[in-house]
Amino acid sequence: MSATKLDMSTASLRDVNSTLHAAKSGSFEIINPRGAHAIAAGITTDITVDVADSVGYYSAGMNQVGTVRIEGNAGTGLAENMMSGLVHITGSATMSAGASGHGGLLVIEGNAGARCGISMKGIDIVVGGNVGHMSAFMGQAGNLVVLGDADADLGDSLYEPNIFVRGDVASLGADCVEKELRAEHVETLTHLLGSSGMTASPSDFRRYGSARQLYNFHPDDIDAELAEEGLT
Amino acid sequence: MTNPPWNLRESYTYDRNVIAEIRRAANTGIYRIRGWGAKRELPTLDDLVVLGASMSRYPLEGYREACGTDVVIGEGRAEIPVRLDIPVTIAGMSFGSLSAQAKEALGRGASAVGTSTTSGDGGMTEEERGHSKTLVYQYLPSRYGMNPDDLRRADAIEIVVGQGAKPGGGGMLMGQKITERVAEMRTLPEGIDQRSACRHPDWTGPDDLEIKIIELREIVDHRVPIYVKVGAARPFYDTALAVKAGADAVVVDGMQGGTAATQDVFIEHVGIPTIAAIPEAVRALRELGVHRGEVKLIAAGGMRSGADVAKALALGADAVSIGTAALIAIGDNNPALEAEYNAVGSSAGYFEDFQTGNDPAGITTQDPELSARLDPEIGGRRLANYLRVLSIEAQTIARACGKSHVLNLEPEDLAALTVEAAAMAKVPLAGTTWIPGDGLGVLHRENS
Repeated sequence: MSATKLDMSTASLRDVNSTLHAAKSGSFEIINPRGAHAIAAGITTDITVDVADSVGYYSAGMNQVGTVRIEGNAGTGLAENMMSGLVHITGSATMSAGASGHGGLLVIEGNAGARCGISMKGIDIVVGGNVGHMSAFMGQAGNLVVLGDADADLGDSLYEPNIFVRGDVASLGADCVEKELRAEHVETLTHLLGSSGMTASPSDFRRYGSARQLYNFHPDDIDAELAEEGLT
Repeated sequence: MTNPPWNLRESYTYDRNVIAEIRRAANTGIYRIRGWGAKRELPTLDDLVVLGASMSRYPLEGYREACGTDVVIGEGRAEIPVRLDIPVTIAGMSFGSLSAQAKEALGRGASAVGTSTTSGDGGMTEEERGHSKTLVYQYLPSRYGMNPDDLRRADAIEIVVGQGAKPGGGGMLMGQKITERVAEMRTLPEGIDQRSACRHPDWTGPDDLEIKIIELREIVDHRVPIYVKVGAARPFYDTALAVKAGADAVVVDGMQGGTAATQDVFIEHVGIPTIAAIPEAVRALRELGVHRGEVKLIAAGGMRSGADVAKALALGADAVSIGTAALIAIGDNNPALEAEYNAVGSSAGYFEDFQTGNDPAGITTQDPELSARLDPEIGGRRLANYLRVLSIEAQTIARACGKSHVLNLEPEDLAALTVEAAAMAKVPLAGTTWIPGDGLGVLHRENS
């Protein structure tokens, strides 16, 4: 069955998203997106959407179950708060790609800008190129795989995601440390690289995660110490 | 020495509270974290009085003549606007900071009188959705528990930029309250001291916010209104920018607004009082031609009585929001629990350590035994009663000013008791026609 064509040179964003939200299944092709924002945001069913050119902010935002493929680049917040499904972009994404994503797979064949995977909560993100500064900032769960380099302050204030980088890391953020790449991580990497169509050897990656030193406050208590020593 | 002799003089600069804080800081090396809101003396709505009817206008009869209290938010902008029977809403307070029983009580109480309650930092619970006829879902920087299914179950969306207790700061939830359920909802390790993000992960300014609002409207198919909440710091600019970004309502939260936990230095020293924030927000709405029209203003921060409600509406708000007062209504700081407050080092009327999770009233806790003390049905009834009183008191004042709807109250119905209040509220000092700073303000605006 051929894809239903949605032409944004004539159809409004509302028309396009209404059509996608109403669909229970099927394939759609969006042509002439002209960098519009929020294209294919809020999909809840197992549909496939192919976007024929570059898109603006928050494309495929909060995607659930659906598959969104973008032939081009994306603006800020690509697939933000994604819950499940697949979002795949052939070009590069600017800031905050995959921000606060809870699940699903986000594939960026090119580079990702600053704060890629910020506040990630379970999403898997695979970036073919480099990621910008403060990527995975305050990340909570999930996997960020970077085949290129990572800019400064990678993984700052991290909770429990895994970050895998094949290239150079400019610097690690607060409480982010390099960790051992164990067999289960190689397995995860193998799976994610395969799912995203990337070719790379898992053993070439280094893994980064939380040192867990910022998880709790560590107040002093001089009075209690003195009391214990019988000095008060 | 419980009663110091009369020849001893306590320092005004270094009183016992200041000394205790210096000693605490010296002992622990960490800033003080607590709940509640600003406790120091601030200009409040008490510094204003209402000018009842006299020779130049006549009052309405309390029992015979109608005085409306309903408010509609998002009319003509969202498919299903929010319709409130009273102009008092319940502010965002998270499950996690509050027990499930407390959230249920808030939902029950608000629903009983036809107003809304609001989620908080941590997602939506079944308890609050199930018992809230009108539920506002907060969209916060942390995005804890944020999911599109809940977004679509909401009756309105509130994008939180900041709150009055900590404009510019993120939330906190101490490890004692990060139980298994709370941790799961927030995707966090159990028992950590959670420090939430202070700004959104995928937008940073008003231009981005405009696009974010487009996205949220698309995701919910333009069904419900979108609010933007700001902590009162620069309310004129924040309100103007929120309106330009497309908000259907702007929530301005003054520095008396409460919190479940944040740094004391934030609570007491960051932001401006509610009385100063409302007129500036109104000025922005007026300049954009949307005041008492397309975009509604909800004022929050230290609202306690129907007098506060009436004065806030007279200054130009369309509704008010309460948090701390709602918790008190359902049982917080109950004098009957004095012995138990003493046992945790506090006293009824003083308890502010919401971050510890040991609230004897079972409200600001995740402890199952303590939480079980709060009966949500009784709590809901108490809140409903309190909300009715706020509404009736506001009506009483509006009628005394000759108004057939509380939203007909206006600044002309107010006078200020202090020079400061007159300057902040932009109403005349009582007995005069003087509004301090008004001329300067005009000059400033003309030159800007």
